[in-house]
Amino acid sequence: MQALYAQLLVGLINGSFYALLSLGLAVIFGMLNIINFAHGALYMMGAFVAYFLLNNDYLSIGYWPALIVAPIVVGIFGMILERTMLQWLTGLDHLYGLLLTFGIALIVQGVFQNYFGSSGLPYAIPDQLKGGMNLGFMFLPVYRGWVVVFSLIVCIATWFLIEKTRLGAYLRAATENPTLVRAFGINVPRMITLTYGLGVGLAALAGVLSAPINQVRPLMGADLIIVVFAVVVIGGMGSIMGSIITGFALGVIEGLTKYFYPEASNTVVFVLMVLVLLVKPTGLTGRAA
Amino acid sequence: MNTRSIASFLLGTALALASTSGAMAQDKTIKVGVLTDNSGLYADLGGPGSTLAAQMAIEDSGLAAKGWKVDLISADHQNKPDIGTAIARQWIDVEKIDVFMDVLNSGVALAVNNVVREKNAILIDTGAATSDLTNAQCSPNTIHWVYDTYMLANSTGQALVKAGGDTWYFLTADYAFGHALERDTAAVVVKSGGKVIGSVKHPLNTADFSSFLLQAQASKAKIIGMANAGGDTTNTIKQAAEFGIVAGGQKLAGLLLFITDVHALGLKVAQGLNFTETFYWDLNDGTRAFSKRFSERMKNKAMPSMVQAGVYSGLIHYFKTLEALGGNPHDGAKVVAKMKEMPTDDPLFGQGTIRADGRKLHPAYLFEVKKPEESKGPWDYYKLIGTTPADQAFRPLSDSACPLVKK
Repeated sequence: MQALYAQLLVGLINGSFYALLSLGLAVIFGMLNIINFAHGALYMMGAFVAYFLLNNDYLSIGYWPALIVAPIVVGIFGMILERTMLQWLTGLDHLYGLLLTFGIALIVQGVFQNYFGSSGLPYAIPDQLKGGMNLGFMFLPVYRGWVVVFSLIVCIATWFLIEKTRLGAYLRAATENPTLVRAFGINVPRMITLTYGLGVGLAALAGVLSAPINQVRPLMGADLIIVVFAVVVIGGMGSIMGSIITGFALGVIEGLTKYFYPEASNTVVFVLMVLVLLVKPTGLTGRAA
Repeated sequence: MNTRSIASFLLGTALALASTSGAMAQDKTIKVGVLTDNSGLYADLGGPGSTLAAQMAIEDSGLAAKGWKVDLISADHQNKPDIGTAIARQWIDVEKIDVFMDVLNSGVALAVNNVVREKNAILIDTGAATSDLTNAQCSPNTIHWVYDTYMLANSTGQALVKAGGDTWYFLTADYAFGHALERDTAAVVVKSGGKVIGSVKHPLNTADFSSFLLQAQASKAKIIGMANAGGDTTNTIKQAAEFGIVAGGQKLAGLLLFITDVHALGLKVAQGLNFTETFYWDLNDGTRAFSKRFSERMKNKAMPSMVQAGVYSGLIHYFKTLEALGGNPHDGAKVVAKMKEMPTDDPLFGQGTIRADGRKLHPAYLFEVKKPEESKGPWDYYKLIGTTPADQAFRPLSDSACPLVKK
């Protein structure tokens, strides 16, 4: 029984990453109608930016500032992508956005792999979050606890921003009817760019969070992104709350699989996706188009 | 004649010439194929570095000056046996590849082993670990060059049990390699008086090991044996530190670690790990000279892994054999038989021999990873703590199930 609690908690930790990443995807899909396959590559870039900030010849910027700086840097990169490439795809079929972002992901990963190899680079856990506590049923590393709490806060804040604030209302209105919103004097293209930047920033933030746990590797995002897409599909494309809840829930389910039948742990998410698509094609919280 | 018929006439002549030159005994063309993981979790320990090692072997052999023509191609098998065999068939049928190098990933290696045998080409495997390549699955067309699971288990496993690690729990990569490594190590543990408490199998290329580590922790085994490799091993070690596994008194045993893994982990995390390799860049003047040249040509200035060093060493012996034969007969089994007759000698692995079952013999070195303060510079990572002589390092022929071995 104790082991079960431990696996539940571990699942929750992985769920935090799924939630943060699928949240970014949901924001981008919901507001821009783009299936952002570059998300994994941008997550990887977040981790690499954190690494560069710490290990360079000029300044050594640690983990805490990196939590803010890396998402901004990668977010700006994302906004440049949106301005120079993605914006021309507005109104076209989803497939075009998917192919473009997939291509971008391959290029970015290829460039990083060329220079840094596939085994990756080490990034240490910040001193303040080292060590762990004994919960009785398991030894919980402090850093993992921090990841769960922090990503939960970020997820709820993002949900609040989009669903409950005036800015969020503008955003949602701009996706429903851009012409009308523009008539009210709101710069819709700029808002779209900023939204893409926000979604990308969330991916980069997840990258920084994962840097001390996993190796900082060029393919860290490629391995994860497929699972995250499954999470988004199960939760319902474009649903903010749906993707947060599904992210955490699937982390837990995957954790339990690792305990009861470890060999199936990397397929369980996809089995669930198939089941959900059969029963409810719009996803658990999605609305019919 | 119009241009079209001229073209087809020329093509016909070219084909006819190509086929006659293939039949000539004094044919001096060689085609080398490096089949490896160029983009995945094993790309650093083989990958582009293996292709570079092959290139260096071709240059150092001086064959071009003696009128030989050596071609080199490389492909990515993506760690998938089906892709590996498809490339292997195409390479032999269309590209006329003579010798396959590297072929890391035991699953791919066992599959390619069959194709190479069926089509009478040559496989000099320097990357795969499974000891089955020279045991039940041995082939007259295959040489297993660098290391295998039996040797790793024998060296590392025995040393750890002797040092008091008598209860084991395995974290095993769920494919041919992990299964073989766990099987061979468990046998050594039991034989040396230890006990295996349990094991858990994880999918290849897993990012998060915390669930598996918790199960290993709960087993209370003294040694947690990592029967995995590459990115899987580095992630396991890194996360084990996080969960306080080593601090809690359990010891991690890296059953297969490469220098590129230690580099990726950093000495702070990797210090104190014991494991076995058959090559290290800083062993002697010969290895240092080669490694320096190699590293200068690598994009990330990495030192060679034992897999990459094996590609160089294996090719050098292959080229020597062809020179002794006076030409390339394009007959895999014949060349391999000759390779087994000739003793091997190169600056990287020293003097050695190749056994009837295809096993290349050389010493195995037990290393310990240095503490950060002991390291004098980049890539100065290992301390040599034990050597198993060549004749004791690998599975004795008396235990072999290989049909090529006459008993």
